[in-house]
Amino acid sequence: MAKVCLQTPFTNEDVLKLRAGDEVFLNGIIYVARDAAHKRFLHLLSKNQPLPVDLKNQIIFYAGPTPPKPGQVIGSIAPTTASRMDPYTPAMFEYGVKGVIGKGPRSQMVKDACKEHQAVCFSAIGGLSALLSNKIQGAEVVAYEDLGPEAVRKLTVKDFPVMVVYDAYGNDLYEQEIAKYRTIQR
Amino acid sequence: MRDISVEKIRDAVAVLCREACYYLPEDIVQGFHKALETEQSPLGKSILEQLIENAQLAAKEARPCCHDTGIAVVYAEVGQDVHIVGGDFETAIHEGVRKGYKEGYLRNSVVGDPLLRINTNDNTPGVIHTKIVPGDRIKLTVLPKGGGSENMSAMKFLLPGEGVEGVKKFVLDTIDAAGGRACPPLVVGVGIGGTFDKVTEIAKEALLREIGVHHHEPHIALLEKELLEDINKLGIGPQGLGGINTALWVAVETYGCHITALPVAVNIQCHAARKKSCVL
Ligand code: SF4
Repeated sequence: MAKVCLQTPFTNEDVLKLRAGDEVFLNGIIYVARDAAHKRFLHLLSKNQPLPVDLKNQIIFYAGPTPPKPGQVIGSIAPTTASRMDPYTPAMFEYGVKGVIGKGPRSQMVKDACKEHQAVCFSAIGGLSALLSNKIQGAEVVAYEDLGPEAVRKLTVKDFPVMVVYDAYGNDLYEQEIAKYRTIQR
Repeated sequence: MRDISVEKIRDAVAVLCREACYYLPEDIVQGFHKALETEQSPLGKSILEQLIENAQLAAKEARPCCHDTGIAVVYAEVGQDVHIVGGDFETAIHEGVRKGYKEGYLRNSVVGDPLLRINTNDNTPGVIHTKIVPGDRIKLTVLPKGGGSENMSAMKFLLPGEGVEGVKKFVLDTIDAAGGRACPPLVVGVGIGGTFDKVTEIAKEALLREIGVHHHEPHIALLEKELLEDINKLGIGPQGLGGINTALWVAVETYGCHITALPVAVNIQCHAARKKSCVL
């Protein structure tokens, strides 16, 4: 389990170096999008139309921040439950997204899509919203402003802490770690 | 009779919404510290440390500790000798929610129609539970409830013969299915008995109890202890990334029920276990 700093956007080599359990500090641009934005993305992809922002090789952060107080770059922010995006993720990986940041386990379909399209799922700590917002140096809404907290945002991050939970080799950090501490027969 | 104005109620609710979201209750922060002492997973330990740091930072900077500032669940215990003046009680509470979320820079996370799904942009409606109690005061409690953990909650009618073992199995199944999605370490509210509606109401009320305080009935207190032990044997751990602290506490509330029924409800509360009360 390595500790690495990575610059976004990712290359395929970046993805292939990562293993479940690696701690990664992200630097550069990441994009915030969640349920409602994904629904619109998929609609566009299904019609072969371009997305409002080019997300090829990029990282998507599933989140919806609180409004910033005056003087803040962004309000409190941390990942939302990743599995709600399960129906959209394989298509987003196929399109060219290289990584997503959410919280909590995901479906087999998503794990398979990581392998097939060489992408990774990261987790950031759910509810770590005050700390994580301090890792963000810039934020702007770049699409779907009408969605309010669900609008697509472009964030500039510095040493944004995430962990690889599903890598491009089919490894699953949740399964591996829970098995170590499970002491009850079910 | 004691007069209490709707403005006073509105303003109190507004302050509670904001403060609940900024300042994690002391019993929860203590719960993190206790969990940190026992946690075996290095990753779990690191997560608990970061949660403690996050709570401190949120309080210091007066900002939401979690970005999902929830739907506002408001409990009102209204003394029967109180006279509410100047307007409508429930409207005052919704206005308090509106004011608190706006002025506190909290996230608007509520849609008006569950199918059309248009954000109301002021976090209303709140969910209001009112009880008439003796006295001439009003106690207000705001519990901002995030979606991640609420969505993993569940209710079931067991057969009466399934008894305490059936209850345990259902609680464990529910927590196991939630895994890391509900942001563990959790506080687990369990309702047993009552009716379809009552059982979920008491499961949520159980979340109002301070952690560390057991039910007054010894056999229910024992059930709470056993449930907590079993839940922590699931290995889910902080954030579902493994460990022996999946839950900080389990609180069970009970109510009389029909001879044919054994309803059970599990209301899952994530580590952002926010609640704040005041008395007018
Ligand atoms: S489940 Fe709780 S801690 Fe996690 S994101 Fe939702 S409100 Fe925040």
